[in-house]
Amino acid sequence: MDLTFDDAEQAFRAEARRWLEANVPGPLPSGDTAEGFAAHLEWERRLFADRWAVVSWPEEYGGRGASLWEWLVFEEEYWRAGAPSRVNQNGIFLLAPTLFEFGTDEQKARFLPRIAAAVDLFCQGWSEPNAGSDLAGIQSRAVRDDAGGGWRLRGQKTWTTRGAFCNWLFGLFRSDPEAERHRGLTYFLVPLDADGVTVRPVGRLDGDDGFAEVFFEDVLVPDDLVLGEVHQGWRVAMATTSSERGLSLRSPGRFMATATRLVDLYRTRGADADPGLREAVVRAWMDADAYRLHTFGVVTRMLAGESLGAESSFMKLFWSELDVATHEAALGLLGREGELDAGGWMKGYQFSLAGPIYAGTNEIQRNVVAERVLGLPRG
Amino acid sequence: MRFAFTEDQLALRDAVRDLLARECPPAAVRAAWDEPAGRVPGLWSRLAEMGVVGALASEGHGGMGFSALDLVLLLEESGRAVAPEPLVGVAAVAIPLLEEIGGDLAAEWLPAITSGEAIVAVGLDGASRERSTADGMLVEDADAAALLLLAAGDEVHAVLRTDLDVVPQRSVDGSRRVAHLDWAPTPATRVAGGARGRALADAAFDRGAFGTAAVLVGLGAAMLEQAVEYAKEREQFGRPIGSFQAVKHHLANAALRLEYARPIVHRAAHTLARGGERARDASMAKAYASEAAHGAARSSLQVHGAIGYTVEHDLHLFLKRTWALEAAWGDAPQHRERVARRVLDGPPEAADWNP
Repeated sequence: MDLTFDDAEQAFRAEARRWLEANVPGPLPSGDTAEGFAAHLEWERRLFADRWAVVSWPEEYGGRGASLWEWLVFEEEYWRAGAPSRVNQNGIFLLAPTLFEFGTDEQKARFLPRIAAAVDLFCQGWSEPNAGSDLAGIQSRAVRDDAGGGWRLRGQKTWTTRGAFCNWLFGLFRSDPEAERHRGLTYFLVPLDADGVTVRPVGRLDGDDGFAEVFFEDVLVPDDLVLGEVHQGWRVAMATTSSERGLSLRSPGRFMATATRLVDLYRTRGADADPGLREAVVRAWMDADAYRLHTFGVVTRMLAGESLGAESSFMKLFWSELDVATHEAALGLLGREGELDAGGWMKGYQFSLAGPIYAGTNEIQRNVVAERVLGLPRG
Repeated sequence: MRFAFTEDQLALRDAVRDLLARECPPAAVRAAWDEPAGRVPGLWSRLAEMGVVGALASEGHGGMGFSALDLVLLLEESGRAVAPEPLVGVAAVAIPLLEEIGGDLAAEWLPAITSGEAIVAVGLDGASRERSTADGMLVEDADAAALLLLAAGDEVHAVLRTDLDVVPQRSVDGSRRVAHLDWAPTPATRVAGGARGRALADAAFDRGAFGTAAVLVGLGAAMLEQAVEYAKEREQFGRPIGSFQAVKHHLANAALRLEYARPIVHRAAHTLARGGERARDASMAKAYASEAAHGAARSSLQVHGAIGYTVEHDLHLFLKRTWALEAAWGDAPQHRERVARRVLDGPPEAADWNP
């Protein structure tokens, strides 16, 4: 066991820190609004220009071929520097791992550089009005159109984060009407400017137009936009959910940065805080540390060739509940200033409350832990 | 960076697990309740032969010259088997303390301790702020010990069992032999004082917290496993109770707490072995392990239902050990406060992982 980063990793850290200190912009408007999204795109393109957008990708796609350890180091530095949230994270962290695993060479060459460069901006088209936690219940259809050389998509996706601002969607559609549940689904990449697509922004709890409903009326999608095999979409999609629940979307760096900010707030406000708040603050810091250490173990196992399976449900439960608790502690310290969004903590709190809901609700995650980690019978 | 144990460390863990499965089944623990010493006859010498007792003693003193990283999984195994042996007090605390004291005392006692012939007990008072969490001199295995290492204020004393009186107390766990001491420090027994004495006692406290945390993680894992097995077999309403979401979520919560306590405990072992923020990391280990084991105990009993509430079922052996140990060597609130003093009240860099 060795819990230290080596000299090369620390040199990588120093390089990232220097670049971030010189380049991170001041606070931007929320990336989940039209104005803020544009400002964030500018930032994404600056990251890409200096090859910091996708550090863990191969150089040919715009990355640095960084190791998982270096990626963790970069993430720690990124969030420590107070850099903007990643508006194209769905493409980078959710779609790209799936493209690397299931994409054809043509698809990889076509999309990965454009995702890295924030030119193709993907949103996720999974949830439907009647298929949230029960993802296998999706009803949107893909109907074969041999004359058109592809598939016709019909149906509706919803709660699509940044759907109003993105230009592409990756999503699951039912391609075999005879098959049930998780069989007979196909994974498509869909340009949102295609004929028959309608995107309607939906105001989100936190006040941003971050959500959208996306309607598909006989949208023609050519065969080269099918990711993985036809009717095998569930298996392809599950590779992405592990990314979303676990490591790639929620690296420890962001929770470490939030915990450090919370301790700073406590230092300025906490002198008169009641002991319960002091406990909440130290718990948040310790939980961020626990998440960091646990991730080190996960990465060690991944590098030894193990895959991240149901374990990702532990991670999703832990980071999402840690994030809510951290913001609640901050709001406790702020008292009435919380209502005024002092320090952005109220906005952050509202965002954190989505964590236990998206990427599979925490109730579903507890079922996954019980059934697939502990081996309890399905209900 | 590599957060994993070596093949050797895992092999030794497996060997200890096998030994305890053979020689320390729940029936043996149950029988130990009625033994005067509260122990499983012969088990201590088997653990000594395997090098578990003397893991942290230097080879010159008959030990293995191992570090906390080699010992931590073995302590977990002792918890998993609810073994009623004084491994934390002797192997994790007293032996490193004697090695640090050194000199004639170490040379005289360590060979007999590592070979399993002599037991040494440790008692720390709460005089120091660092140890305000200490055990109020409720000393484990004081009666059976030949030697007691006792901290009073800044002083550490080495006292022969024959030179003091012990007042046995009854623990909720019938295999534990704990006692108050009728003792006052005298210059004759003093082996260290001042800054050195305080540093020795503080280090002993950290090691006791760490070692107990490892045992608690093992206890928690065992109680969770038993509850999972029971929930798969027990049927009500025509189906296994483990198929009900309310039961699943109890057990998932217990599993989640243990999943995140374990790396914290293993990091504390790394810090003890290689250096770092020893007090902070030992305290985090005890705080997380105490809560995780407490939660596992609670969920396990609830899932077992009325059968778990009987003394005929083995679960109570694990529950009672857990309740005793979660408060021993400082409970979770005390250790969290110890972390808070460092992270919240210390210099700003203390809260930044990469200042």
